[in-house]
Amino acid sequence: MPNLPPGVSRKDFQDAIAQFQTVVGKDWIFTSDEDVELYRDSYSPFWHEPEDPVPSAAVAPDSVEHVQQIVRIAGRYKIPLWTVSTGKNLAYGGSAPRLSGSVLLDLKRMNRILEVNDRNHYALVEPGVSYFDLYRYTQEKGLNVFIDAPDPGWGSPVGNTLDRGGGHTPLRDHFSTLCGLEVVLANGDVVRTGMGALPNARTWQQYKYGFGPYVDGIFTQSNFGIVTKMGVWLLPMPEMRFVGTVAVPKHDDLIPMVDTLSYLMNSNIVQGTTRVNSPVTAQARDPEVVALRAKPGGATIPDLEDYVRRKNLPYWSIDLPFYGPTEVVPAQWAFAKRKFSAIPGVQFRDGATNQLPPSQEDLAKVANPVPLGVPSLAIFSALGPNSHGHIDVSPITPMTGQAVFEVMEVFDKVLREMGIDNVGVVPAGTYYPRSFFFLFTFQIEHDVDKNRKMRAAFRRLVQVGAEHGWGEYRTHLAFMDDVAQTYSFNNHALLRLHETLKDALDPNGILSPGKSGIWPKQMRKARA
Amino acid sequence: MRRVDIEPHPKPSRDRQGAVHPCRMLALVLVLSASSFSQDSRQSDRGREIYQKWCTPCHGNGLGRPGTAAAAAHGQKPAVLESRTDLSPKMIETAVRQGPNFMPRFRKTEISNADLAAIEAYLVRQ
Repeated sequence: MPNLPPGVSRKDFQDAIAQFQTVVGKDWIFTSDEDVELYRDSYSPFWHEPEDPVPSAAVAPDSVEHVQQIVRIAGRYKIPLWTVSTGKNLAYGGSAPRLSGSVLLDLKRMNRILEVNDRNHYALVEPGVSYFDLYRYTQEKGLNVFIDAPDPGWGSPVGNTLDRGGGHTPLRDHFSTLCGLEVVLANGDVVRTGMGALPNARTWQQYKYGFGPYVDGIFTQSNFGIVTKMGVWLLPMPEMRFVGTVAVPKHDDLIPMVDTLSYLMNSNIVQGTTRVNSPVTAQARDPEVVALRAKPGGATIPDLEDYVRRKNLPYWSIDLPFYGPTEVVPAQWAFAKRKFSAIPGVQFRDGATNQLPPSQEDLAKVANPVPLGVPSLAIFSALGPNSHGHIDVSPITPMTGQAVFEVMEVFDKVLREMGIDNVGVVPAGTYYPRSFFFLFTFQIEHDVDKNRKMRAAFRRLVQVGAEHGWGEYRTHLAFMDDVAQTYSFNNHALLRLHETLKDALDPNGILSPGKSGIWPKQMRKARA
Repeated sequence: MRRVDIEPHPKPSRDRQGAVHPCRMLALVLVLSASSFSQDSRQSDRGREIYQKWCTPCHGNGLGRPGTAAAAAHGQKPAVLESRTDLSPKMIETAVRQGPNFMPRFRKTEISNADLAAIEAYLVRQ
């Protein structure tokens, strides 16, 4: 028995389903419990709880014309549609809707690679194309392009870019690589953005802006339209990747170290994702560090500096990735070393060198090939063999050493107070330009009480982060309202603008209700 | 290789009138079996292609294969799915549609029932 969309009668629902079926054919409408179950979030923080969202049905179009017809039918019956591309946005909701009872608009069948250009290095793809698909295509055609994939390769360039995901290489800020959208609006109209608005456009994937207001951003992390095509910039295949490690001995060395990193990244000399590492964070498992941190008042900085000195360890280290020509990369590394040499006691170590594209022999030796431009699922090994998935608190902070000290101290304190000791931390990553990105990873459990405790801790970190001026870059369905509420400058002026756009573009409120905390007028709760 | 059940010694008919000669019976069985073998082989070949697309990134051999690493951590020998001989179609269907541990469910827009049957034919081929 389907879980009906809120406010929709059974007859209207059945009529809408019958009409969807005439559009896509009987094989591509899913209404049985068994089929609908497949759309649940595999990494849901609501396992075994009634809040775990379940769609009423799923419909899988094969073309933009199908999508147009579906939204018109949905508008007629006020049926909420929740759109997914490959549906593998795990840790952020997977293929589940925010609103239980929504009909899943599953775009996986729209999986055409319409163009890959290796003279000007871009692609035009549909939403169902995965990074694996795009990589296979470029390999089969022998194209001179390098793909920046997020950690899991089964996601889509469209979905990941629209959710403003990040990767590891020079084009890691995926929204910045977006060049031209085709969007179906809630009334069934089709819009092409940028140069695509020009009939017979010749530069849709080469020039982003077209003429007039630049609107591409409003279709990211939003529910204002359904993207059916997207241009994405790729990188010409670099000749090599090299990683050099810089290590410093003292706690306060992090401040000049990050200032230098910031200079090198903002100068496009260091061009990939990296992170700040330390053997003495609260996540350290060495019994001596654990004991030092457990003593009354916690470990002092001299305690920890003494520990790393005795163990001949750095207090902080950063792996610096370089991409480029074989003549240039060594010069970049030499320049980076010169800049870091201002820090007393700094040490350098040459790390991995890979020629690009990597040979099969090289790939066989690499645990995670994503930084080499090869999509993979290797990241899931980090969860451990018994994991049921994860969700992450991921605040954006300033790229400074002081911010690292403050974030670690503030969040460690919250987690200790809440009795949470199993959070994985990726400190101070550089997925996005000019800022740091932290990742506090909570494991999903199939245990109601543990998940409730985890959700409370998650919400507390979001709130405390916001109080310190650190906002989430993206979040799981379950926390979208919480995060949206933290962006509250001037009595929630931004959310009110989003709602104004929502009401204008989707007056029936049929597109992805609740995405990023944006609800249609009829479902909007009065804000406190 | 896929095992093909060919009856080795077809029984002679009860009488010679209108009965199929044992040699002709054998030929018929072989033709039918060869046809079945060919279909099974095609299904298994298609299953290998689908497996390589959808399953190998996690369950293949080598580094960076989290499904294989998890199986090894759980003491599964061999850990690479393609090397196992104890898999049943039901086990494979359950894994694909329910997703044990951190493996997600796969929808029918990703792996259709026909694709799933082909994967099963490939993985239980021995």
